[in-house]
Amino acid sequence: MFTLIAVFAPLLGAVLAGIARPFIAKTLSIAASIALMVVSAIAGVAALVAYIQGDAPVPPLHIATWVSVGSFTPDWSLRQDMLTFVMVAMVSTVSMLIHVYSAGYMAHDKTVPRFFAYLSLFTFAMLMLVTANNLLQLFFGWEGVGLVSYLLIGYWYEKPTANAAAIKAFIVNRVGDLGFAVGIALTYFIFHSISFDDIFAAIRTHAGDSYSLFGTTFPALEVAAILLFIGAMGKSAQLFLHTWLADAMEGPTPVSALIHAATMVAAGVFMIVRMSPLINAAPVAMEVITIIGASTALFAGTIGCVQNDIKRIIAYSTCSQLGYMFLAAGLGAYPVAMFHLINHAFFKALLFLAAGSVIPAMSDEQDVRLMGGLFKKLPITWAAMLFGALALAGIPPFSGYYSKDGILDAAYGAGTSVGMYGWVCGVITAALTAFYIFRLFLLTFHGTSRAPKHVQDHLHESPWVMLVPLILLAAGALLSGVLLKADFIGDGFAGFWGASIAVPEASIMTNLEHPAFIAEIAPLLASALGIATAILFYVIAPALPAKLSQNFGPVYRFVLNKWYFDELYDAILVRPTLKIAKFAWHRGDEQLIDGVPTLLTSATAGASAQTVKLQTGSIALYAFIMLAGLLVFLSLFLWVR
Amino acid sequence: MIVPLSHFLFVSALLMVIGVFGIFMNRKNIIIIMMSIELILLAANLNFVAFSGALHDMVGQVFTMFVLTVAAAEAAIGLAILVIYFRNRGSIEVEDVTLMKG
Repeated sequence: MFTLIAVFAPLLGAVLAGIARPFIAKTLSIAASIALMVVSAIAGVAALVAYIQGDAPVPPLHIATWVSVGSFTPDWSLRQDMLTFVMVAMVSTVSMLIHVYSAGYMAHDKTVPRFFAYLSLFTFAMLMLVTANNLLQLFFGWEGVGLVSYLLIGYWYEKPTANAAAIKAFIVNRVGDLGFAVGIALTYFIFHSISFDDIFAAIRTHAGDSYSLFGTTFPALEVAAILLFIGAMGKSAQLFLHTWLADAMEGPTPVSALIHAATMVAAGVFMIVRMSPLINAAPVAMEVITIIGASTALFAGTIGCVQNDIKRIIAYSTCSQLGYMFLAAGLGAYPVAMFHLINHAFFKALLFLAAGSVIPAMSDEQDVRLMGGLFKKLPITWAAMLFGALALAGIPPFSGYYSKDGILDAAYGAGTSVGMYGWVCGVITAALTAFYIFRLFLLTFHGTSRAPKHVQDHLHESPWVMLVPLILLAAGALLSGVLLKADFIGDGFAGFWGASIAVPEASIMTNLEHPAFIAEIAPLLASALGIATAILFYVIAPALPAKLSQNFGPVYRFVLNKWYFDELYDAILVRPTLKIAKFAWHRGDEQLIDGVPTLLTSATAGASAQTVKLQTGSIALYAFIMLAGLLVFLSLFLWVR
Repeated sequence: MIVPLSHFLFVSALLMVIGVFGIFMNRKNIIIIMMSIELILLAANLNFVAFSGALHDMVGQVFTMFVLTVAAAEAAIGLAILVIYFRNRGSIEVEDVTLMKG
């Protein structure tokens, strides 16, 4: 029952704020959206608590039949297991805080109810996704999230950059979704069902299955797992499909927080964890997931170090942290991935909302090079950002430490070459992460202000409606690691997660309890090194970074331009597509499809213009023609007879 | 003296040809066209009556009565149209009646 309320309250909120907007007052529609989100958050947490205390498995909650075609009968239903409850509680809580924050942040916007309608709809789609009991409903939520992310990124539709970013996010996600859709189809082909319970129960019998395509035989489960992972790569912005993520910063800041913390990007990781029994049966796919995850973490970390837009730095850190989660998931340490996902949701929402508190204070300036010295003017935002930065950098006792440490321990303990690759990437990324987030922190809040005079005069702390969510999230960033560690990845992890997560071998989790000394100490050292470098560069010797970027010009430009991924895709994908589209437009559409009917109509018009001349209107002529005709027919009649 | 059938048919054909030429040789007056049509109808009537007499069959003469009736009606309607037309257009010259020109 709690689950039902948690999932459908945001939908009602979206309807009230969106569709019913013309009939109710503006403030009422916003208040309704927020109030229903609070209801959803309370119900979400209550559902989690009730489930933990109940400790009996709860059957899925059937809502309605969706499709019923032969043996293909996916239903609308809410799955009720630990994985779902944890996600529902996290999504609804973080989303609720972002709703409250938006009431302050968007106060001066013209179409606030529209914004709240999108936010609530987004939350609903994400909740449908995490409560799905079959792949089709998961896909419904998946696409719902994709659609509303398009609407939210392009919320300020007067801005051409926002439109371009929205379209980019939508299209890049479609690429991943194609893989996902084919993966679902292949899963149905293998298992003759897309219900999770049916799939998981039948994995053993289908483990050796193969299928042939173009004369080559593939192991079916491997291919299905990799296709599903391609979907996850698109949604979670992994390497090669990551390009939309940083551009998505064009949306309002609460949107960035919602997309990058609780929802959307977490969907890919969640889906891989949800499909863990299937993924476990595909060892090659798991290695692919690990390698892509680790590479993304490192790759996005390097870019984060040189970006200058406050939101983009945090965006690349999201990309990087998602890489960590996939690294853990690929190694089979799904509980650790989930642990990091939950911790990340809190501290990343915190970081974005803190950045959202800085940006209006700076008169909408987003370049960290033009900030500085905000410490005195925005003390609460400063504290919130510090908490977020410490959590992201992985400094104990903040939450990021526990989960990142768990991931790296798992990678080291895996004892495979892939695991070792992940560990090395992870440790380097830990240093980079600590460096760039403290670079952002120090450039923004410390030193002397580099902002123009008129901006400095308008510096102000945000209203309480924005600060309270910040404080709550800061508490989450501080405490979620300590509080959840024992349950999520401690000794009792198997009992906590129950049947909702299938860990391939228990050793990967028990290793976490007794990590090797080097695995224990290296991430912490790396983080400390990163922070120390940031302090050296931006407090002690501020001239050093400029000198370094000059001496290593090509490397600097390569990283600053995000490894030229956008330019590469533009050259090999976008421009050829545009050329083909233009060809199809001018030759195909204008000349062929429009040309043939135009030709026919002009021919008809010409022929009738000639024929009409026969009609002279002269009675005498008509009479003569009648007579001539009569004579002709009479003679024919006589002659033929 | 009995007039042979061929004489009747000859007169009838003559009337018919005069009528036909009257229709399309004349460029002036629509009333003449109507008179020519009457002539053609009369030629047909004469044929009916002649064959009726020659074949001893009354149907031909009955048919003639019908044709005369229809011709009277047709003349009445035609003249009425002409009167209206003249009021509207001020002319009933054949060459001016070209409203149906495409």
